[in-house]
Amino acid sequence: MNLWKIAWRSLQQRPLTSTLTCLSMALGVALVVAVITTYAVVEESFNRNRSLGYHLIVGGKNGSKLELVMSTVFHIGRPEVPIPFSYYKEFLRTTDADGKPVVPERAKYVEVAVPICLGDNYQGYRVVATLPALFDFEYAPNTKYAYSKGECFAADQSGWNQAVVGAEVARRTGLGLGDTFAPTHGTGEEGQVHEENQFKVVGILAPTGTPNDRALFIHMEGFFRIEGHAPEPEKNGAAASPPTDNLTDKPVDNKADDKAEPHVQDIPDDLKQVTAILVRYGGDEFSVYPANVAQSMADAAAGNEFRIINRSDVAQAAQPVEMVTRVLERFVAPTTYILMGLTVLTVIVAGIGVMVGIYNTMLGRRHEIAVMRALGASRATVMLVILCESILLSLIGGAAGFVLGHAIVAAAAPWIVDYTGVTVGLLSFDWRSLIVVPGLVVLASVVGYLPALNAYRTDVVKGLAASA
Amino acid sequence: MLRLVNVRKSYVEPNGNVLPVIDIESFALAAAEQMVLVGRSGSGKSTLLHVIGGITRPDSGEVIVDGQDVAHLSEPQRDRLRAQKIGYVFQTFNLLPAFSALENVLLGMAFTGQRADPARATALLDRVGLSKRLSHKPSMLSVGEQQRVAVARSLANRPKLLLADEPTANVDAGNQQNLIDLIRQSCHDEEVALMLVTHATEIAAQFDRVERLEEINRVGAAV
Repeated sequence: MNLWKIAWRSLQQRPLTSTLTCLSMALGVALVVAVITTYAVVEESFNRNRSLGYHLIVGGKNGSKLELVMSTVFHIGRPEVPIPFSYYKEFLRTTDADGKPVVPERAKYVEVAVPICLGDNYQGYRVVATLPALFDFEYAPNTKYAYSKGECFAADQSGWNQAVVGAEVARRTGLGLGDTFAPTHGTGEEGQVHEENQFKVVGILAPTGTPNDRALFIHMEGFFRIEGHAPEPEKNGAAASPPTDNLTDKPVDNKADDKAEPHVQDIPDDLKQVTAILVRYGGDEFSVYPANVAQSMADAAAGNEFRIINRSDVAQAAQPVEMVTRVLERFVAPTTYILMGLTVLTVIVAGIGVMVGIYNTMLGRRHEIAVMRALGASRATVMLVILCESILLSLIGGAAGFVLGHAIVAAAAPWIVDYTGVTVGLLSFDWRSLIVVPGLVVLASVVGYLPALNAYRTDVVKGLAASA
Repeated sequence: MLRLVNVRKSYVEPNGNVLPVIDIESFALAAAEQMVLVGRSGSGKSTLLHVIGGITRPDSGEVIVDGQDVAHLSEPQRDRLRAQKIGYVFQTFNLLPAFSALENVLLGMAFTGQRADPARATALLDRVGLSKRLSHKPSMLSVGEQQRVAVARSLANRPKLLLADEPTANVDAGNQQNLIDLIRQSCHDEEVALMLVTHATEIAAQFDRVERLEEINRVGAAV
């Protein structure tokens, strides 16, 4: 019979005290585990968005880079003041009327540039107007967007009134394939509903664990045709340039317009604006180099363009990796550390509860300890038995708290998904929460020391006499 | 097996007075010998058992148990000696209530520094007639059964010496003789020396050797 079993039997002798002591420890540990797991979830959410597959986010210059990233990537906060559509086109390779390639200086090293237009919502979920190319980005390393149902909206005019819905939005709103919805102006549900602009759901994204799960995506051209998003063009065609398809930048077949919805009209570029541009560098310019060299050159090109854009008066550029890291380090981590500090204090208080719980039993256990001493147990042995009891109480309480903590996280999963886009469950696990195990052993050893010392000092003769 | 030479033990009373309790010039018990120690209440019988068992260190003298002077061993050494060579049967049994009968016997083996021997523990309980009570907690056993578990526990480590402090005091008259027979037979079978303290003259009368503490203890003689 080892000391652990002796300690376990002693705990069984006092089921109520032992259970209550374990419970207090469980609650403390549950809070620690919940905070660690939640932080891990948030961190994962940030990390996923750290590698969205593009180098720069280019947007209006009125706000900060942080606000630009938050509104574009995390769908949080008000969108920036838009930038001219013509500025966006500087990132595109086009062809002239003769079919010859036209490569603006800014587009020289650009592999792909995707516009983002913000300003509407549906039931509180951000409506993102963009182009199908958005879904070609890898939202996580080697992971591209996939569709649980349907497909992406069409790139051509037939897709202007189509929409793709994020997984969480589909789940929460009940929107399914073939359903239609009308965006609401602004970022809150209280705005004006664009009843006349119905978008048909043609695709539902598979869960990504990114904020895009909580967004709806419509075609940029459809967005421009929502009332108030772009000024009405003059009937005689005020535009200096012919209407073009913004994806291919080729002239739009006006005959197609004849078959389109009545409100579908050509909007000249100088009347359009975009909220942000997602830019990835690389592509053909670097394709002759080995992959790692090409990557370095693309990163360097992005860095160079970052500086150039930020010197201009028109727009600013943010590097998502840097901004996401900054958000994590400046806002999320400190908050988590404060929470962690508070919960660790809770565990320490629970540990003191273990100490008080065991200590209060010591008076009634003088006889038990004296008997063990009379049977040959040394002072150190009885001391170790008490320490084992303390450790057992802490570990059992800790194990219960571990489960409880994950249950709390699982119960809070809907809110976590809402705020981070990361799906969590009962089994969501972060290795850092294992620090609780040695932490509890140390804590139990410390708090168990006082009652163990009491056992160490027990007078055998008096203890045996106490039973008589 | 056991030899006491000029053993003295006294206590300091709260008022500072020194109260001599034990002063034995010479005493010996041979291996496997069985004896009874009698004496009036407060004459120091329990103190003497504690001194022999190494629970209390004498003020002076030698307490030789199986060749080792208990009086001059460190406390951990006395603990180890007690675990390995001395068995205890208490007046109030002192079984731990959270442990089953078998576990109480195994507990007696837990402090020797060697692996517990469940087979021997089971055999001992079988010998005392409790083979069907192995998993019973003390509260589920009769008083007589509890004391038999205590006897089994005292023999668990094959001690050289068994100290029994009024083992029948809390046992009903009908079971007293059975218990004494059990202790004596077990000590005989295991070749364990027995020092049994009792007030019962009918029990004392069954032993070949009966020592009155007042006669060997100079403190008692003075009183």
